[in-house]
Amino acid sequence: MRWFKYASPQAFFPVAGKLVPWFAAIAVILGVIGLYIGFFVAPTDHQQGDAYRIIFVHVPAAWMSMFIYLVMAFWATIGLAFNTRMSSMMASALAPTGAMFAFLALWTGALWGKPTWGAWWVWDARLTSTLILLFLYFGFMALQASIDEPRRADKAGAVLALVGVINVPVIYFSVQWWNTLHQGSSINLTSAPTMAMTMLAGMLIMALAFWAYTIAITLVRVRCIMLERERHTDWVKQYVEAKQ
Amino acid sequence: MIWASWSDFFAMGGYALYVWGSFVVICGCMAGEVLLLRQQGKSILAQLVNARAANAPHKGEKQ
Repeated sequence: MRWFKYASPQAFFPVAGKLVPWFAAIAVILGVIGLYIGFFVAPTDHQQGDAYRIIFVHVPAAWMSMFIYLVMAFWATIGLAFNTRMSSMMASALAPTGAMFAFLALWTGALWGKPTWGAWWVWDARLTSTLILLFLYFGFMALQASIDEPRRADKAGAVLALVGVINVPVIYFSVQWWNTLHQGSSINLTSAPTMAMTMLAGMLIMALAFWAYTIAITLVRVRCIMLERERHTDWVKQYVEAKQ
Repeated sequence: MIWASWSDFFAMGGYALYVWGSFVVICGCMAGEVLLLRQQGKSILAQLVNARAANAPHKGEKQ
């Protein structure tokens, strides 16, 4: 039950600040290891040559774009249901990073698609639903920016985030439900992966690196949001005083 | 080492444009995000400091 005290911005602010350097360090270390494996350990693919190495950033970015959306929708829903400001602030803090990863998944995917499929873009189910995910992130951010009153902005954004959640399983299952150009999953929960071990290791380490990066940057952003939204409180005034 | 030379590494088997185009944009976006956030943090802090300085003389008058 002690965890609920972190629903107060005043309590969470210093904790977030202490966590940032740890997650930043983890992100850098895992990133270096993952890139080393990706570029110097994993062998050249016999079908795709070295173009496949984009997988070491494409899949982590795509995973993060979906995962961040789910976490964002989760916090937005908590904020909507329990009227907690801190939860809504977390949702708002997650959106820009999620949008970035959705864009990067599409960008790296296009650069991978051109040499391997012969096309920068196709309107297949997975690519289209990922583009929709990007639009949902933009919509969430634009909607919140357009509403002046913060609590109303939180609630409106939360409804949009919640409605958009259906898109995430659509992206995930798109390669099973439809006939897509995008390949099916090489990793699933029920069977052994169909990738070489070194490639899989590099990809998973990069995914964890992106995850740690996301946590670090979201905590920094939520602290900025907290200072802005809680500027009328004593604890923010004291913090500003101490910073001078 | 799987590469015969550094130039082989940078050539990426002929796929240099696609591979480096991906990695450079990713690094750029992440670095950009970090820098942008740092800038936003400084600007918010500056605004709050200014707001406090603007309020301080008023507090003196209310005695």
